[in-house]
Amino acid sequence: MSPVAGTFAAGSAAGGVWLVAAIAWPVVALLVLIAGGERHAARVGVLALPVGVAIAAMIALGIAGAGELVYHVGGWAPPLGIGLRADGFSAAMLLVTAVVTSGAGLYALADFGPPRDGHAGRATFAFWASLLGVWAALNLAFLGNDLFNLYVALELLTFAAVPLVCLDGRAATLQAALRYLLYALVGSVLYLLGAVLLYGAYGTLDMSLLATAIRPEPAAWAAAALMTAGLLAKTALFPLHLWLPPAHAGAPPAASAVLSALVVKGSFFIVVRLWFEALPGLANAAAMQMLGLLGAGAILYGSALALRQARLKLLVAYSTVAQIGYLFLVFPLAFDASAGRLAAGTALAGGLLQAVSHALAKAAMFMSAGLVAVALGHDRIAGLGGLARARPATLLAFALAGVSLVGLPPSGGFAAKWLLLSSAVATGQWWWAAVIVAGGLLTGAYLVLVLMRAFGEPEAAAIPPRPIAAWREAVPLVLALLAVLLGFAGLLPIESQSGAGVAVASGAMP
Amino acid sequence: MTPATLYGLCGAALVGIGLYGLLTDPRVLRKIIAFNLVGSGVFLLFGVVARRGAGAGLAGDPVPQALVITGIVVAFSATALAVTLLLRLHESSGGATLDSPTDGGTAERPPP
Repeated sequence: MSPVAGTFAAGSAAGGVWLVAAIAWPVVALLVLIAGGERHAARVGVLALPVGVAIAAMIALGIAGAGELVYHVGGWAPPLGIGLRADGFSAAMLLVTAVVTSGAGLYALADFGPPRDGHAGRATFAFWASLLGVWAALNLAFLGNDLFNLYVALELLTFAAVPLVCLDGRAATLQAALRYLLYALVGSVLYLLGAVLLYGAYGTLDMSLLATAIRPEPAAWAAAALMTAGLLAKTALFPLHLWLPPAHAGAPPAASAVLSALVVKGSFFIVVRLWFEALPGLANAAAMQMLGLLGAGAILYGSALALRQARLKLLVAYSTVAQIGYLFLVFPLAFDASAGRLAAGTALAGGLLQAVSHALAKAAMFMSAGLVAVALGHDRIAGLGGLARARPATLLAFALAGVSLVGLPPSGGFAAKWLLLSSAVATGQWWWAAVIVAGGLLTGAYLVLVLMRAFGEPEAAAIPPRPIAAWREAVPLVLALLAVLLGFAGLLPIESQSGAGVAVASGAMP
Repeated sequence: MTPATLYGLCGAALVGIGLYGLLTDPRVLRKIIAFNLVGSGVFLLFGVVARRGAGAGLAGDPVPQALVITGIVVAFSATALAVTLLLRLHESSGGATLDSPTDGGTAERPPP
């Protein structure tokens, strides 16, 4: 039997019970919501939001003090029991998930609010149930330390996210939901196959124990390849992104925000955990360059397709395909060729910051694109003329989110891309630096295209824009401001792993 | 050939057949059945791992069996969700394939 790893010898940390609360709270709210039925769905959902934010904040505070929180479910230590573990990366993702989920929930009150005539539709019920389900599954994915536990988290995430795609029940959205479901199922079954191989070879599924037992041999390579491929399909990394744009096309804006900002990050988080914590010594230069190549392909292909979209919402969706690419540049940049293993450092800090800032910016962007569609009655980019005068706050939110996506200072996107760039220069991998710069230019191009149209004259046949409540415009604006301010904050909870790198970037900002 | 090897090869074959069906067959119902074949193959491999008593030196290992039961429940839920979506798709469009690539909606959408 494998020896118990050092971090687990001490057993559950004092704040560890918050980890259980983070997973249990959305589930409890979901059960209450199901018991309360369609009429009370929106109220239950909204009341669950602030508690979830508070739990995420408590975990972040605990991490800031202790550096790591561990909880052994039922008091059984791995390999017999299941461990939950949170570090700086988990805390950052838990917080951003709580913030974006709350933003999406508030924004959705206009479409899926409490019933005014005593009757709420099934879509309202499905939206709030899915939102809470996604939240619980994401928290489990960010905290799980057991590969099979993470498999269950991935499946729950899929089951909760698929209904968000087809809330209106039209044939096109049902088709998109089925395509997404099939991609995700193939992805998770490949992941499970890899987990089976690892268990067969090493007799444990706990990541901390695997890290001490793993040897470079065919079983481990096959398992790593299968699990990575499965997770890439779920993360929608080029060329496995085909499900993502259609899934966004017919989904309500709040659902798109959650799908694009958070759901794809859940599987990305597990890829990072797997490679950096369970299998760091298994990495080799060719495999890491391959992952980087897929990321580069995503950046260039996604940006090029975003430039050619006629609908604003699809432009934002293809922009997600491109921004996911940056996340996978972490792997070649963090590979320490002399030691032959992955090393947490500047590149990983850049990737994590990219994951967090993209979550905030992309949620803001989908929400403002949704408001544009409400105001103008359509979301054709060619017909955006007059928007700057009619809905300045919405356009401002869109533009601020764009600032972070392009990577202009002082945004979180700037700090992330700066860290990736400086890591590319430091390791002498200039080709990835070229991709990062080219991606930034293309992103700037498609966003400027939208802004130019919005500042133009309205079409002759255009109907006058509809009014929008101020609180609804405020939600994307706050999220976009957070994305921009993230560059200043330096993302404190990640300190334990990578605080030095972030601090350097903040100091170097012009 | 030991029974464990035989079962392992059967599991691998099931995974292979299932993946082939998933990738090549345009009919969604066939894809769902193919997904279940892959799942059965994975569960069979889990059984082989348990029989070998991996890592513990026991006659049998109970952990993979517990995991297989959970896995079967998850695969069943996935199948139920996929079949429900497929039935709804068939009701609303009469089709049961994904072969008409669509962007999922039109540019002109009635505002809510």
